[in-house]
Amino acid sequence: MGDLKARIAKRAAQEFHDGDVVNLGIGLPTLCTSYLPEGVDICLQSENGFTGLSGKAEPGKEDYRVIDSGGNWVTYVPYANFFGSEESFSIIRGGHVDATVLGAMQVDEEGNLANWIIPGKAVAGMGGAMDLVCGAKEVIIAMTHTQKGNHKIMKKCTLPLTAEKVVDKIITEMGVMEWVDGKLTLTEIYDDYTIDQVKEATEAEFAVAENLKHLAAE
Amino acid sequence: MKNKMVTAAEAVSAIKDGDMIAVGGFLGTGSPEILMDALVAQGTKHLTVIANDGGLNEENAPTNGKLKGIAKLLANHQIDHLIASHIGVNPEINRQIAAGTLTYELFPQGSLAEKLRAAGAGLGGVLTPVGLGTPMEKDWLGNEKTIIEIDGVKYLLEKPLRPKFALVRADYCDKYGNFTMLKATKNFNHVMAMAAEHTLLASEKVYEIGERDADDYQFSGVYVEKIVEGEKPWEI
Repeated sequence: MGDLKARIAKRAAQEFHDGDVVNLGIGLPTLCTSYLPEGVDICLQSENGFTGLSGKAEPGKEDYRVIDSGGNWVTYVPYANFFGSEESFSIIRGGHVDATVLGAMQVDEEGNLANWIIPGKAVAGMGGAMDLVCGAKEVIIAMTHTQKGNHKIMKKCTLPLTAEKVVDKIITEMGVMEWVDGKLTLTEIYDDYTIDQVKEATEAEFAVAENLKHLAAE
Repeated sequence: MKNKMVTAAEAVSAIKDGDMIAVGGFLGTGSPEILMDALVAQGTKHLTVIANDGGLNEENAPTNGKLKGIAKLLANHQIDHLIASHIGVNPEINRQIAAGTLTYELFPQGSLAEKLRAAGAGLGGVLTPVGLGTPMEKDWLGNEKTIIEIDGVKYLLEKPLRPKFALVRADYCDKYGNFTMLKATKNFNHVMAMAAEHTLLASEKVYEIGERDADDYQFSGVYVEKIVEGEKPWEI
């Protein structure tokens, strides 16, 4: 599983361009920073109130004024800038974040996203997730293709939505799906999976790109 | 010059049972701890609290067993209704919800900030695309919120949120109340200071007026009614 997560994060990191402002969700998406392509520097936005997140603070060197949105003690780059929540979310909603990478419970054929609540279970709340997926220019879902054998890429989301029609790309251990001419399409596949295996692991109907790219499993 | 300097106990003495208060902080960072302690000591009950999250309790690792932010009020059962964006970190919230002693209302983090800013800025609400097509189209009681179309684009109307009191934290301020919050302690503190009828500011350091250049202060003291000195750095 560790290797699969690394594979997903590594592929997701290829989406970034030099200079992009990026917001990474908690968990798997934060691994992306370890796999940035050569020559690509990104500015990480932390929605609790700054641009220029660097990494986790070393034990003993924490600054009590600097946490990330998950509450971890973190450090910042020399060009960082700090602001309040009102400006942080103006930056997010206002289209100043180039890309966000986050996990999902469900994504569907229309690009609808569900990743914040399971009815009947303890409520955590959406935090900044709804704002992020509505405001970021590109919404990349980086996740395992299924969850304990259950489909996550659905015909239609059954869980309450985080936002409607916002997902641009889905990156999993099996490959990459995106919307081509409005239709969910498998555009890349890792060579340790077959198209039939992807179909079995996907409830949604999807097209297979004519120029389907085969990615080498490492 | 009107004296705004008071003790923490004096600052919170005007807060009564059932009041709506806003408390700054993000997972404990930038929370007005001395005002939380004073409000716990005062024992005011049935509060409606606006906060980004539930603060941190002793089950959350970075606190060294101490409570941070509104976790103190939660632990003392002083909150009846919580308005927040994230309630998953402090497990006490879901325990009280399950026990039926706490109700809650969630807003997307950016919408919560704008609802407060709207109140402080004299606006009738904000139009946001965030929450369309989601459970956010209804309020916590199940009533449909208004959807307004502007130039062919749909937006959700989020109304202003005006607390009676804001309890906020600064690193330093002057005796007029002009204040500065360093690094990631800003979070909701400024919009809450703007939004409330009465803003109580807890500061690590309070300077005499003119002791520092006016431009050293990020935010205006016009929002601040009372100032309490003695906020402490977080001991990690």
